[in-house]
Amino acid sequence: MPVTVEIPTILRPLTDGAKTVAVAGQTLGEVIDALNSAHPGIAERIVEAATVRRFVNVYLNDEDVRFLDGLATPVADGDVVTVLPAVAGGQAERLGAPGHPAA
Amino acid sequence: MREPSLLSAIGNTPLVGLPTLSPSPQVRLWAKLEDRNPTGSVKDRAAAAMVLDAEQRGLLTPGSTILEPTSGNTGISLAMIARLRGYRLIVVMPENVSAERVSLLRSWGAEIIASPAEGGSNTAVARARQIAADHPEYVMLYQYGNPANALAHYRTTGPEILADLPDITHFVAGLGTAGTLMGTGRFLREHRPGVQIIAAEPRYGETVYGLRNVDEGFVPELYDPSVLTGRVSVTAEDAVRRTRELLDREGIFAGLSTGAILHAALAAAGRAQRAGEAAEIALIVCDGGWKYLSTGAYEGDLATAVARLSGSLWA
Repeated sequence: MPVTVEIPTILRPLTDGAKTVAVAGQTLGEVIDALNSAHPGIAERIVEAATVRRFVNVYLNDEDVRFLDGLATPVADGDVVTVLPAVAGGQAERLGAPGHPAA
Repeated sequence: MREPSLLSAIGNTPLVGLPTLSPSPQVRLWAKLEDRNPTGSVKDRAAAAMVLDAEQRGLLTPGSTILEPTSGNTGISLAMIARLRGYRLIVVMPENVSAERVSLLRSWGAEIIASPAEGGSNTAVARARQIAADHPEYVMLYQYGNPANALAHYRTTGPEILADLPDITHFVAGLGTAGTLMGTGRFLREHRPGVQIIAAEPRYGETVYGLRNVDEGFVPELYDPSVLTGRVSVTAEDAVRRTRELLDREGIFAGLSTGAILHAALAAAGRAQRAGEAAEIALIVCDGGWKYLSTGAYEGDLATAVARLSGSLWA
C-alpha cells in the first residue's frame, strides 16, 4: 500500500484535477519526488531550497512535518500526506505561483 | 469571589482533571476552563490586555472607535470591554461564522461588517485594513500582531497553569492568532524546560482553501514556530467527535475548537502512554458550546453533523 498525497484545490490543475495521488517513497522528500515524476512541476510549488515552502503546510498523518524531520521524515505504507496552503487561524499565504512570496 | 468590576473577573479559571478521558493515572489530561471568563471565552484575556495597553499608550481615549477583524470571540470580548470603557466597536467578520456569534455581538452593541467567506479570517483582516486606511481615526488593536495579546497569556494563563500543574509536560491550545500558544508557551518553557507546546489547528473545507489566489493572506505576526514542539491539523470530523466525547464522558460542554485541541491532546497522551512515560497534559477549553448549537454539531449522526460544517469557519 503506497503513500496517499492529498492535493489542495489550488494545485489540482497540476494533477489533472485529482484530489489524491498515490505514490511510493521511504521519506517525505522521496514522496514529493515521486509525485513530481507523475505530475511534473508540482514539487516546486511545495518545496523550495530543500525545505517546505514558507507558504505551504505539509502534514504527515495530520502532523506538521516542520516539527518532525521535514523532508527527511520517514514515511510508511498507508501514511497520508496532506498539502495545504497556510490559512488556518488567519495564516494564509500565496501558494499559486512560485517565486512570489506574500507579505 | 468578590471583584470590583467585570474586567477584574477575567482569568483565574479552573483547571479540571479529565479522569475518564485520561489513559491512565500516569498520563493525565487537565482542562483549563476558559469558558468561565466574563464573556465565555479565552479571548477576554487578550482583548482586555490589548485595550488597557492602548489606553496606557494614549491610543484609545473616551469615545474612540475600535475596529477589529475577528471571527467572533475576540469581537464579543471587545464588545463587552468597549461598553465598560465607553468605546464604539466595529468588527469585520467572515459571513460564514455561526448565527449566535452575530447575535451576541449585536446584543453587546457592536457594529458588524461582513467579509466574504472565501479566505476566511484572512479576507476579514484585509477588509479591516482597507477600512482602517480610509478611517485613520479608528483604532485597530490587531490581535494577530499585538504583543499585548501574547503577553496577556505570558502574564496570566501560563502562571495559572504552572501553579495548578507544577509537573506539566504538555500544553495544547488552538492556533488562531497564536497569542495563547506563544504567551503561555514561552512562560512554560522558561519554567519547565522540555515541556511540549502543541498547536491544534482546524482543517477547513474547500471553500476556505479553494482560492485561486491568496494574495490577501498573511502569517500572524505573533506566530513564532520556535515556541512550538508540534502542530496538528485537525479535521472537522475529529473535532466534532472529540467535542462530543468531552461532553459525553466528562460533562464539559465546549465549542468545536476545543474538540480539535482535545484531539491533539489525546494523540500526545497516547504517545506518552505507549512510551511508558508519565505525562501531565494541560489543554485549553476555549469556549462553551452555546454559540455553536445552531450548527447541529452536538446531535444526530456524526457524518451529517460534519457535512453541515463544510464551508464554515467552525473554529
